[in-house]
Amino acid sequence: MTNSSFHASGDSRMHVAGTGIDAPMMSVHGVRKSYRSGAGSLDVLCGVDLRLERGEFIAIKGQSGSGKSTLLHLMGLLDAPDSGEVRLAGERIDTLSSSRRDRLRNTSIGMVFQSYHLLPELSAMENVLAPLLVRYGVLDWIRFRSQARSRACELLERFGLGARMHHTPRQLSGGEMQRVAIARALVGRPQVLLADEPTGNLDSVSGAGILDTLGRLNREDGLSIVMVTHDDAIAARSDRIVRLVSGLVEDIGEPNDAVIVAA
Amino acid sequence: MYKLILCWRYLRTRWIALASVVSVTLGVATMIVVNSVMAGFSHEMQSRIHGVLSDLVFESHSLGGFPDARWHMDEILRTSGDDVLGMTATVAVPAMLNFQVRGQWVTRQVMFIGIDKKTHAQVGDFGRYLQHSLNREQLSFDLREGGYDTHDSQSDDPTPKRPAMEDAGWPHRRKRVERERIWREKLEAVDAAEHPTDRAIDTVFPATNNSANTEIEPLVPPVFENGDATDNALPSNETPATNDPFLVARPQEGRTMDPSQEQFVGIVPGIGLASYRDVSGVDRFLILPGDDVKVTFPTAGTPPKAVSDTFTIVDFYESKMSEYDSNFVFVPIESLQRMRGMIEPQTGIASVNAIQIKLKPGVNPEQVRDRLRRIFPAELYSVSTWRDKQGPLLAAVDMEMAVLNILLFMIIAVAGFGILAIFYMIVVEKTRDIGILKSLGASASGVAGIFLGYGLALGLVGAGAGLAIGLAITWNINSIRVGVEWLTGQRVFDPSIYYFFKIPTIVNPFTVSWIIFGAVVIAVGSSVLPAIRAARLHPVEALRHD
Repeated sequence: MTNSSFHASGDSRMHVAGTGIDAPMMSVHGVRKSYRSGAGSLDVLCGVDLRLERGEFIAIKGQSGSGKSTLLHLMGLLDAPDSGEVRLAGERIDTLSSSRRDRLRNTSIGMVFQSYHLLPELSAMENVLAPLLVRYGVLDWIRFRSQARSRACELLERFGLGARMHHTPRQLSGGEMQRVAIARALVGRPQVLLADEPTGNLDSVSGAGILDTLGRLNREDGLSIVMVTHDDAIAARSDRIVRLVSGLVEDIGEPNDAVIVAA
Repeated sequence: MYKLILCWRYLRTRWIALASVVSVTLGVATMIVVNSVMAGFSHEMQSRIHGVLSDLVFESHSLGGFPDARWHMDEILRTSGDDVLGMTATVAVPAMLNFQVRGQWVTRQVMFIGIDKKTHAQVGDFGRYLQHSLNREQLSFDLREGGYDTHDSQSDDPTPKRPAMEDAGWPHRRKRVERERIWREKLEAVDAAEHPTDRAIDTVFPATNNSANTEIEPLVPPVFENGDATDNALPSNETPATNDPFLVARPQEGRTMDPSQEQFVGIVPGIGLASYRDVSGVDRFLILPGDDVKVTFPTAGTPPKAVSDTFTIVDFYESKMSEYDSNFVFVPIESLQRMRGMIEPQTGIASVNAIQIKLKPGVNPEQVRDRLRRIFPAELYSVSTWRDKQGPLLAAVDMEMAVLNILLFMIIAVAGFGILAIFYMIVVEKTRDIGILKSLGASASGVAGIFLGYGLALGLVGAGAGLAIGLAITWNINSIRVGVEWLTGQRVFDPSIYYFFKIPTIVNPFTVSWIIFGAVVIAVGSSVLPAIRAARLHPVEALRHD
């Protein structure tokens, strides 16, 4: 319960983007969320504060049911908090109209899920293009099609999927599917990447590959990342670890400390 | 854009949904076939009715008619001359047609219609319906030497279904007269030797000649009233046969004639009065052109008196509307006017019952009718279009079509519920995909759009397939009929009932468009509910769905 200290902990990468804007990339203030289950209601988040600086890579740790995914969904505008606020680059986004939230989700936030969530009817290439297909109407699509395709190609090749572009998800391995999902999350050039246990369904080798990819994106592209995991070793790849315990944030600090704590 | 792509992918990968539109396809195909066949029947019927009735019928309420058709025609021309293409006067009276078949008198109740042979063909399709090719060009009430069609000139089938017509005309008449002469001589010989009562039985039931067309006309030396049809009738000393009831009622004046060389006033009865179709599809005739018949009809006076006369059949009329073919008998108008006493003795002005008016193409008959109704008092005249005349029949056909269409649309509506159920299941199955799309920023309306578009696509596919199948069936319906008859051995379509040799079809593009439109609307309409459900799915719950 050391929210104030958490706020202070920006690192040097905060200024990588070089925008000079003081507002953090994304912040969550006093967010509460409860679900009605059966007779009573279940409080999942009880006033969570979180601050993601520009270019920062945060890992959110916690046991099953601790509300990690819920927090990520609130940040990804897939759900609305009961109270509290969510800000993106200083602007409050949780109270926007649904069409503007749809727009933000499409343009500014990339999401990666544990079970990949690719569309089975589409090829790897088309899955990557999906956010752009959602963004553009028919006419715009015709205008931007070649641009979009080259962007998708570039991402797939970067993730070593150049030869798998026209395969459907069913023909891909788990690691490949997750790389397609990351490419999809990045194709629209989002400001934030939200990853919900991205290695949860993968073997250790594939998982390590995905983590390398995320790390590289963070270091090389300065992408701000929030990753949910319950694995300490994976959390250690981040800049900072945040632990959720019974709906509240516990700041753990630098990964090295975290490893010690976990040990 | 994603909506289009996903619709297309779903269309190509979800075969179960295509199964759901099979019912739409069948419904559309059935509707197209039924409507085309019904429209074909209706059009065929209307064109036959219209062929018999002219565009407008101007008639008198009175059986005696109105005098001076010329003056009335001039009046009609004066008000609507620009719209009128042709006019002809007719006299129509109810009458009894009597003829003898193998010694038995057959009586038919008919409409006896006096027509002007020069102008009648101008107002309708009358000419087309005759059995002699020359009569089809220009009707003559003189018996032809031969050359009557032995097949149905209005069908494409050239096989002779009417072998008896081979002989029709003067050859038939001469043979008959010759046969009667032989009979008469035999009878006279017998009469001289035996008791007179035996003779009567022989006359009524002659033992020879089994053919339906060789009925024995009793020994009728026809007696003409002055100036009828024959100018060079030969005087004869033959005595009239005593078993002809009509001769009793007729004044025995004037000359007798030689029936092998002369005829009575020519008439054209409907073919249904004279023939029947046997099981093999061959038309059998009770009487033929060349035979004489007797007609009893009322005079124009008050009260009407029945008069009878003998006429010679010169052709048959076949409109293929059994109501007309078994009811109408056409006769020269001048003869009928004279026999009915419709000619004013002093002035020579004749009365007519009706004036048939043919309008120029594109002229609205209702307008002309209303104009004429304003001029001619309704107490004396009735003006009606051919549709008015056959109003109940045409209305019944329209009604039948409307009811059928409602019932068939119900079938497509049932198909709509099938689509709804299957779509609902697809939405459930696709719940996670919907969540994914929402996480990628798809709006609720966009997600709904996918399923509405999918419904539209399925509707178009179903209706398109239905259109193709329906048109294929419609255009080949007669071959299909033959195939079905061959397979089942059952007669699907009996031409002797319908008087059409082929099932007539008309594909009306307007109707077809409506059917397609309706089917697509139903398909889209039944995807609305699943689409709304898809749009309302909560993204988080949808993503968790397995």
